[in-house]
Amino acid sequence: MKKERSFAQIFSKYGVLMVFIVMFIMFSIFAPNFLRVKNLLNVSRQICTLGICAVGTTIVLISGGIDLSLGYQLSVTNVLCAYLMVKMGMHPVLAILVCLVFGVTVGAINGIIIVKSGVHSMIVTLAISQVLNGVSYLFSRGIPIYGFPAGFSILGQGTVFGIIPVSLIIMAVIFLVGHFVLTSLPFGRYLYAVGSNEEAAKLAGVNTGKVRILAHTLCGLLSAIAGVLLLSRTNSGLSSNGAGFEFNVITACVLGGVSNLGGKGTIYQALLGVLIIGFLENGMLLMNVNEYWQLVVKGLLLLIAVVYDASVVRSSERVKKLKAINSENTVK
Amino acid sequence: MAENILELRDISKLYPGVTALNKVSLSFRRGEVHALCGENGAGKSTLIKVISGAISPTAGEIVVEGKTYSAMTPALSREEGIAVVYQEFTLAPVMTAAENIFLGDFPKKGIAIDRKTMADKASKLFERMNIDLNPREYVKNLTTGYQQIVEIAKAISRDAKILIMDEPSAPLTSNEIDSMFQIVRTLREEGVTIIYISHRLDEIFGLADRVSVLRDGEYIGTKDIADTTKDDLIKMMVGRTLSQTFPPHGRVSDEVVLEARSVSGNGVKNISFQLHKGEILGFGGLIGAGRTEFCEMLFGRYPIQSGELYLNGKRISPANPAQAVSLGITLVPEDRKRHGIIDKMSIQDNLTVSNLQRLRKGFIIDRKAQVGYAQKQVDALKIKTPGLHQLVKNLSGGNQQKVVLGRWLGIDPEILIFDEPTRGIDVGAKAEIYKIMVQLVESGKSIIMISSDMEELLGMSDRLLILAKGRFAGTLEREEFSQEMVLKYSSGGGGI
Repeated sequence: MKKERSFAQIFSKYGVLMVFIVMFIMFSIFAPNFLRVKNLLNVSRQICTLGICAVGTTIVLISGGIDLSLGYQLSVTNVLCAYLMVKMGMHPVLAILVCLVFGVTVGAINGIIIVKSGVHSMIVTLAISQVLNGVSYLFSRGIPIYGFPAGFSILGQGTVFGIIPVSLIIMAVIFLVGHFVLTSLPFGRYLYAVGSNEEAAKLAGVNTGKVRILAHTLCGLLSAIAGVLLLSRTNSGLSSNGAGFEFNVITACVLGGVSNLGGKGTIYQALLGVLIIGFLENGMLLMNVNEYWQLVVKGLLLLIAVVYDASVVRSSERVKKLKAINSENTVK
Repeated sequence: MAENILELRDISKLYPGVTALNKVSLSFRRGEVHALCGENGAGKSTLIKVISGAISPTAGEIVVEGKTYSAMTPALSREEGIAVVYQEFTLAPVMTAAENIFLGDFPKKGIAIDRKTMADKASKLFERMNIDLNPREYVKNLTTGYQQIVEIAKAISRDAKILIMDEPSAPLTSNEIDSMFQIVRTLREEGVTIIYISHRLDEIFGLADRVSVLRDGEYIGTKDIADTTKDDLIKMMVGRTLSQTFPPHGRVSDEVVLEARSVSGNGVKNISFQLHKGEILGFGGLIGAGRTEFCEMLFGRYPIQSGELYLNGKRISPANPAQAVSLGITLVPEDRKRHGIIDKMSIQDNLTVSNLQRLRKGFIIDRKAQVGYAQKQVDALKIKTPGLHQLVKNLSGGNQQKVVLGRWLGIDPEILIFDEPTRGIDVGAKAEIYKIMVQLVESGKSIIMISSDMEELLGMSDRLLILAKGRFAGTLEREEFSQEMVLKYSSGGGGI
């Protein structure tokens, strides 16, 4: 097989990276204090929630599903962890474990309902998200919970060697593990098979239901981790903390190149999307862009990303077809 | 009978109201290529599913290497060495060839996939099939022919003793079919039993050792390929001899309806032709030669880049299908399921979707006129259905094709483009489609017919235009028609 490289192919491979670099340079020039080490470290702390959730969402998107309940999962674990520590006096480690188990359970419930009922993941997780929204308010009654035991803030605010944020390390580990799972474990490859052709995967002997349930479960676990980190960084458990966050996560993933149609995507792409969203928010903030304008910009970005993705798929199929007509119709 | 690797005894499969299989007994010998044929709905697919364990028979026994089962399961059949290459490809395009082959059973090193072992094992399989293919190549980058090779490799990777191939040649070009045949023969020499399902009798005679025929769920008979002829087989399949599959039609007038002058675009270059009133102009060539793409331009689906198109002497350039239709050009597309029928709608809705503008009273659809139109087409085209509200997806392929055709007849088109008009349609329905086509040209319409079925192309066309690699390759008048000439031009080896 010959490898032909056209501009379009190079752009489709490195285009998002170029966008990121251009954006980074622009902000370096126009946004005050953007390049300061302190700001960059600050961003790295802020994007951890987004980054960890993006790994989970990438896994679910590759499997051909979507998790719209992620934002409120974040809210619930956020509030639950705070509630357990402050109102119940639970030890932080125990509280965190309870939250992780909760996340796994919610994810598994999502997955099991989707697989067993055959209802589209978008609808199931939409319904679950409303349930979770209610649950989080039942715990918090809409009032912020704060006053955590000393030491809890290390996760979100602490540093190693006095400079590297702990949360950044946690995120990096999750990205590496995610990459390993997707490329080297059978489960990871099954995700791609299920996402691109579920029937085929089933006929090949893959337990596709299990794969999809596991994908949602992992997503639940990761959003619980993200919820705890978020709590540790902001120091206050609030039900509105995760509202609408799934939108940010999906935007980041799709922007990076993870397909919303299933079967396509890498951790590298998710990371790139997270970096773009993270620095975009930060840069706009530093430039004093109105919060509502930020929403407009993010919405448009998501739109551009999905339209671009769809058009690339269409045009590459067409190019392939036309090439086939004009070349040899032979197999040797 | 030790030489029988697989035996089916009195297999019946009943569905509510339908007998899909009725006491079918059939045996397969070790190391033979055994073709299975029959019209659509004869029960071939059901039989395969019984063997592969996808469904359980209502009654009967399956004997695999002397072991008797009352039903198979997918896991059991895999264990017994039965593998299926399905009609629709079941590959994941973003994964490599090797990954697809070993999907569900990856070689592992610890918990991770052992890519090197996997690639080596895949290479060995390709070697065994005499194929040069990089196991690390992504499936999405492979041609259809190679994709099918991966599909076959996947099927035999688990030491298959019985390989079932369901219409394997349907998506392939003729060169690809040749290499697929080679692989099948290699496997046969190794002692693998191949059950080969095909509509194409040529292939059965070129490849199979024995052939069994099913009809309406009944077993009709098995013949050694050496002792039978095509006519015999057709007779067995339809239960009658089709003396004249291709109805003759009258002389073509000299009046030119459609003329293309050096039309280029959409992957084809410099095509010129004239279509006469009352003519069936056949478009020949290999699959992927650009015939469909060219007709897509005539139908306004893709723009013409250069060249001119004249309809009755007037220059036209249809910018979209709606314009083409209003000019009287219609298309019965190749991919019936995707481009022809709208499967979740009823027969009535499908038949009238192109004519709703004509079937209204003021702004509102005139239900009575709609029903009247639909009923008229159902009667005229002899569409077999329990009612107009039947969903079109429940019809057989032949009846679906008639629905697509019936949609166009209402707008009284001047030119009908048929892209593979009888693909996947059984012999009886084929004859009916041909009859309708002849009626159309005799009533003064003109037809462009793309066909990869050689008999159909030669039997139905008044004249042939042959394309190769997106270019004009030659024309043949009826007197010059021969399979050899078409093949010569199709492969780009013609004169001119």
